[in-house]
Amino acid sequence: MITLSSVLRRYTSEVAIGPVNLEIQQGGITALVGPNGAGKSTLLTMIGRLMGMDAGSITVAGLDVSKTPSKELAKTISILRQENHFVTRLTVRQLVGFGRFPHSGGRLTVEDERIISQAIDFLHLGELESRYLDELSGGQRQRAYVAMVLAQDTDYVLLDEPLNNLDMQHSVQMMQHLKRAATELGKTIVIVLHDINFAGHYADHICALKHGEVVALGTPEEIMVPETLSAIFNTPIDVIDGPRGLLACYF
Amino acid sequence: MVVGLLVVGGLVVASLFVGQYDIFGAEDGAQMFAITRIPRTIALVLAGAAMAMCGLVMQMITQNRFVEPTTTGTTEWAGLGLLLVMIVAPGSPLVVKMIVAVITAFIGTSIFFAFLQRITLRSSVIVPIVGIMLGAVVGAVSTFIALQTDMLQSLGIWFAGSFTGIIQGKYEPLLVVIVVVVAVFVAADRFTAAGLGEEFSTNIGLDYRAVVLLGTGLIAIATGIVTVVVGNLPFLGLIVPNIVSMFRGDDLRSNLPWVALTGIALVTVCDLLGRTIIAPFEVPVSLILAVVGAVVFIALIVRRS
Repeated sequence: MITLSSVLRRYTSEVAIGPVNLEIQQGGITALVGPNGAGKSTLLTMIGRLMGMDAGSITVAGLDVSKTPSKELAKTISILRQENHFVTRLTVRQLVGFGRFPHSGGRLTVEDERIISQAIDFLHLGELESRYLDELSGGQRQRAYVAMVLAQDTDYVLLDEPLNNLDMQHSVQMMQHLKRAATELGKTIVIVLHDINFAGHYADHICALKHGEVVALGTPEEIMVPETLSAIFNTPIDVIDGPRGLLACYF
Repeated sequence: MVVGLLVVGGLVVASLFVGQYDIFGAEDGAQMFAITRIPRTIALVLAGAAMAMCGLVMQMITQNRFVEPTTTGTTEWAGLGLLLVMIVAPGSPLVVKMIVAVITAFIGTSIFFAFLQRITLRSSVIVPIVGIMLGAVVGAVSTFIALQTDMLQSLGIWFAGSFTGIIQGKYEPLLVVIVVVVAVFVAADRFTAAGLGEEFSTNIGLDYRAVVLLGTGLIAIATGIVTVVVGNLPFLGLIVPNIVSMFRGDDLRSNLPWVALTGIALVTVCDLLGRTIIAPFEVPVSLILAVVGAVVFIALIVRRS
């Protein structure tokens, strides 16, 4: 379980994130949604201890993220940020191998190699494993990063807009991969999503943020309600019962 | 790898046997061989490997392909330290000169990294420009001090990197860079991770600042020592890692032997050229490196854009 209590980060006297009190259940996919500037990514990076907070505390599986040594946390949470443009030229397999760093400190064991291969297969990257990252398409590269995070083999996985720059096909595939990771591997995945319909379809829980505060939290059925969505996104939104489930219509 | 080793081995042997003094014919040939040729060749190997590897580590830490100790002011800082020792305590032993040069190189490199963190526009060309500007400022300060104290000529001689004066009794401090080389090998993965960014490093549980500090320290030690013993070896750390990266990507651990070998090969070739083109005189190796390096540097920038 991820617990945030009175988490606060102040930018200017007017702009602040929080105070946020939130409990994210163990297991499944929890989607963070909300308009631009609501603080979704900030919250995610604070949970992943990439950014400090001004007040409050965050615990992940009982570990206080601001007090637990980074090395220990790396075995419990992994976080993938939105922008990953590396100057470094690595192959897919080398990148995924870095996921094992918290466990093996850089000297890969046979067991590590097995987990790396597993993560690569899980995201169907087998044929690409010896290609350099800069030779891949955006979708393939994104998959490689997710494979790396999976190889890190943490119970909690935080992903900041992993669908960015992906086309429809790759977005759907990515969400299916993540869904499988949650169900088959038992991961707790927290993911920042832009498209409410992806959240509605694939997430087990949706947490809506606005102006740095949690405004709604619940199952997709509870959140995918016209009044709730319209209020969150400042746009008139209808919800229709489509052939494959609830759909938000905002055009 | 075997081919690479053979080529470098051949160059090293060539370096042992090229020179004006007839080591086979003359009576004291064997002695001369031990006094000049062996030290010179060891120095070539150590300096070449160390500077090339330093360039690589620096490129990882800054996430920029165009930096190395001579394009970031590190060598100029080491030179400034050296000059200060020559003025304040002219008779100091080599060890003192080295330590001071290492300290100033460390300070200078830290200043460069601190500068980088404040620059928002970290495009690939801006970073080395900042470094070169910093280096130019420090170099100008050195020149001014040297002018005031009549040291300009000594400074010039020190700076023109050359293996001519490397004889028995003068090259031994270079052995310290072996420690640096080993340390870089051991920490290779950390530097690669640092090259992937602060957030990436933190995610896998690495202390990014500690890695940067370690890298800066190692670079300063190697640059300081090489500058004091040999002088300025421009562009070496720039060309070698870039060439290796083009062929083999950037996994530091598997690349390091290649970077070391290519560095050794390049310095040795340049030194052999320097020894032969105007024999019986010598051209400083830094001159040849600068010519070769400048061409490759421009080619790299053109290729990128």
